[in-house]
Amino acid sequence: MLSRRLVPCLDVRDGKVVKGVRFRDHVVMGEIVDLALRYRDEGADELVFYDITASPEGRSVDRGWVERVAREIDIPFCVAGGIRSVEDARAVLHAGADKISVNSPALERPSLIDELAAAFGVQCVVVGVDSLRDADGEWRVRQYTGDPTRTQALARRTLDWIVEAQQRGAGEIVLNCMGSDGVRQGYDLEQLAVVRALCNVPLIASGGAGAPEHFCDAFLEADVDGALAASVFHSGAIAIPALKQSLAGWGVEVRT
Amino acid sequence: MGVVLVDAGGTNIGSVRYALQRLGVDAALTSDAETIRSADKVILPGVGAAGPGMARLRELGLEALMRSLTQPVLGVCLGMQLLCERSEEGDVACLGLIPATVRRFEEQPGLRVPHMGWNQLQRRREHRLLEGLVDGDWAYFVHSYAVPLGDHALATTDFGGEFASVIARDNFHGMQFHPERSAKVGARLLKNFLEL
Repeated sequence: MLSRRLVPCLDVRDGKVVKGVRFRDHVVMGEIVDLALRYRDEGADELVFYDITASPEGRSVDRGWVERVAREIDIPFCVAGGIRSVEDARAVLHAGADKISVNSPALERPSLIDELAAAFGVQCVVVGVDSLRDADGEWRVRQYTGDPTRTQALARRTLDWIVEAQQRGAGEIVLNCMGSDGVRQGYDLEQLAVVRALCNVPLIASGGAGAPEHFCDAFLEADVDGALAASVFHSGAIAIPALKQSLAGWGVEVRT
Repeated sequence: MGVVLVDAGGTNIGSVRYALQRLGVDAALTSDAETIRSADKVILPGVGAAGPGMARLRELGLEALMRSLTQPVLGVCLGMQLLCERSEEGDVACLGLIPATVRRFEEQPGLRVPHMGWNQLQRRREHRLLEGLVDGDWAYFVHSYAVPLGDHALATTDFGGEFASVIARDNFHGMQFHPERSAKVGARLLKNFLEL
């Protein structure tokens, strides 16, 4: 049976893994390859590297570290941040990334998704969606969330965008529920379940993991294929081997 | 001489090359017919669609050559599918080395295509390629089309029904998952291939 995936997300800035609340107060946590290997050894199923500076500054991801990771790592990894063209994506995929994830540039120009799917196949193309519930009760997408001073609320409804992204060739959706992000009170199960019903490709939950039970809820209640988290893994608050053991005990299929 | 990776334009070719380097083997990346013919082992990686994959082999003048190889050959992911007779993906004729037609996963409730993530291998036949593999070992898959069961199936995987995840016929072998991204299990299977 296909296992559910645990996906640590590493923020990369200038070739180092950093932590901080997005653009503020960044602390260098270590070398990319060292941390990637640590997560591989702990049993992470996949890694996402998010270049936190790339997209708002309008530049592409530096590919040097992508190749270094690809040489050392024997689990799949995805690169996000600053991929705005087929050429950007090609450089990252040829450097050894398994998938590329697009977010703000796909909102600027949705046909980017079609172009990427045509060039590399849908299996390489992940669409990241930052979503927040507005006062009228609708979930809508946000753009440029990497930089709080530039973040924009769009008129586009999250559910419409999820459908359109799949039609255009998204092979996987990462839904970052901004309302629950960073507060460690659990994934946004309501929103994830609604999106799940519209999502025929793999769906990855993001935003809100604080305890092992939160992962279990996302898998069993919202039926997501993978769960992404950053701070709880980086801080050591949740260790992946123990988390997998708990999940298996709760009846979630995990790779052991 | 040595191990060669057939450069037919797949984006995972670098990753496969690095996986071989981790096993101490420096594989040449080539589309040169003579280099491929004289290699000890030939690996055909591939990510993408069957039609462009076959078109690329044809453009490079490698279609007949691939069929004529007698040394151990390993197709990975799309590379494995290209060893078969046909693919439903674009309805194209493939190399015809494994008597099977590659089919798309049928839509089923709860079955998300592409089949993306870690799934388990079950041994179906004894073969040196599977040495050290235990039933239930995990491998990383990313694909929407699959090879059905048959005599060629060395190992199978369940995704809304079983399909062939490791295949072999004569000197031709295939792995539907990505051994280069399947941690220790993948490394072991690649090592087994290098030792055939």
